[in-house]
Amino acid sequence: MAYSEKVIEHYENPRNVGSFDKDDPNVGTGLVGAPACGDVMKLQLKINDQGIIEDAKFKTFGCGSAIASSSLATEWVKGMSIDQAMGIKNTQIVEELNLPPVKIHCSVLAEDAIKGAIADYKAKRQSAAAGPAPSAPQKAAGVATQKAAT
Amino acid sequence: MTLKLPIYMDNHATTPVDPRVVEAMLPYFTEIFGNAASRSHSFGWTAEKAVEAARDQVGALIGASGKEIVWTSGATESDNLAIKGVAEFNKDRGNHIITAQTEHKAVLDTCKRLEKEGFDVTYLPVEQDGRVNPETVRAAMTDKTILVSIMLANNEIGTVNPIEEIGAIVKKGGAIFHVDAVQGVGKIPFDVNAARVDLASLSAHKMYGPKGIGALYVRRKPRVRITAQIDGGGHERGMRSGTLNVPSIVGFGKAAELSRTEMASEAKRLFALRERLREGIQSRVTDTYINGSMEHRLPGNLNISFAYVEGEGMLMGLKDVAVSSGSACTSASLEPSYVLRAVGVEEEMAHTSIRFGLGRFNTEEEVDYVIDLVVGKVKKLREISPLYEMAQQGIDLKSIQWAAH
Repeated sequence: MAYSEKVIEHYENPRNVGSFDKDDPNVGTGLVGAPACGDVMKLQLKINDQGIIEDAKFKTFGCGSAIASSSLATEWVKGMSIDQAMGIKNTQIVEELNLPPVKIHCSVLAEDAIKGAIADYKAKRQSAAAGPAPSAPQKAAGVATQKAAT
Repeated sequence: MTLKLPIYMDNHATTPVDPRVVEAMLPYFTEIFGNAASRSHSFGWTAEKAVEAARDQVGALIGASGKEIVWTSGATESDNLAIKGVAEFNKDRGNHIITAQTEHKAVLDTCKRLEKEGFDVTYLPVEQDGRVNPETVRAAMTDKTILVSIMLANNEIGTVNPIEEIGAIVKKGGAIFHVDAVQGVGKIPFDVNAARVDLASLSAHKMYGPKGIGALYVRRKPRVRITAQIDGGGHERGMRSGTLNVPSIVGFGKAAELSRTEMASEAKRLFALRERLREGIQSRVTDTYINGSMEHRLPGNLNISFAYVEGEGMLMGLKDVAVSSGSACTSASLEPSYVLRAVGVEEEMAHTSIRFGLGRFNTEEEVDYVIDLVVGKVKKLREISPLYEMAQQGIDLKSIQWAAH
């Protein structure tokens, strides 16, 4: 199968690879997909107290389109407000990367990863506001799981 | 010699035509173009003579007589003809067929079709090393069993089945024995008499012959009868009508002869290359797993899982090397290889598998290039793999509740 030039470019030079401290209160982590399905994306957002996404990082286990979708997502969300980032649609990723129909699920995962990271961030803020965090729930998992409905 | 890119290491999918085969074929397109079925002139006689010589060449490769070779369009047709042909001819005698879960789709889907028509099919599980246990064949056989179809060697993991032991059991049970021999013939010794095979499917393009030509070996003593699936002029003793593809048949014959005479030296060379590849990778990359038996394996096959690196993503990094992956993230179902699943490879590991198929024209230099490339790409992709990161942190990936999609 031929990949689009943009997918190849992101695959060869993935942007914003890496990880933030998931326990940082300003960091939201989205972990979507499953190893058994051949795709896992971890997307992390560093969000300041004004609700602006200052930085983003990702790591992805998956095909070139999955890597490119998550790389692109980190590029797009930087500088966005939470609401703007929530508005990113998978179809925009499909369009930007010229993904073929069989790869649409990669873009869906990237959208879900953004939403998952924001949900994790919001949950952290709420529990912080409600008082000291309960003793590190789900330490083994370490990250939020998010339903990826595709 | 400088290395020429891209490098072809997908010789289970197809092989290039050997130049000696091309040379043998060429006159049959232009000068000797007759219809082998034309009885009234020399054009037909010359073509027929070439076809009969090729029959003998292909027969010799598997210990058969040329008279037992039926030309087809390829192994898929041969599998269809063998299985449907036996089922149709013997339907009054029984309706049970035995095959294995790791067979090629040409066998499995043919069996599924027959199931819809009222046949019972047993799909035998395989051992963890990918081989069919002959005892499972014995246990599955009933007085209704008319056919057992087991492959010689697997196209994904290169595992070689104990065909002779299975053949003895099938014959004792009074059923017909079909072997899809496509991947093994020409690479490892295969003798239809030693294995007591009644029908065997062969393909030219897996042994450096042209595409679009195959054969079905049909035993004459004792005679095995099948019902033709393509009707017409009654060619091939009524078993497969259609004008013979003379140039390709000549090419198949030449390819079979080359495989027969060069098998021993080629197998030795491919085995050495395969081991060089395997050791080169495994000595420099952690967490790799070989799929399928190392002992009973085609010399040119290496099927290896690289934990935490998805196969298709890996293939993209190996763009100058033609290999294939057991991951199938392009398919609608997202299901990885059914062969790997059948040998007990977990889905997440099946998604990380890469199949290398070494062949006649691969060199040591190419293997060394591929080793370096693979090592580098695995390292790079593990750096961006969340699974590798979690494994490094000591997180058990199985403890996480993944969201299925």
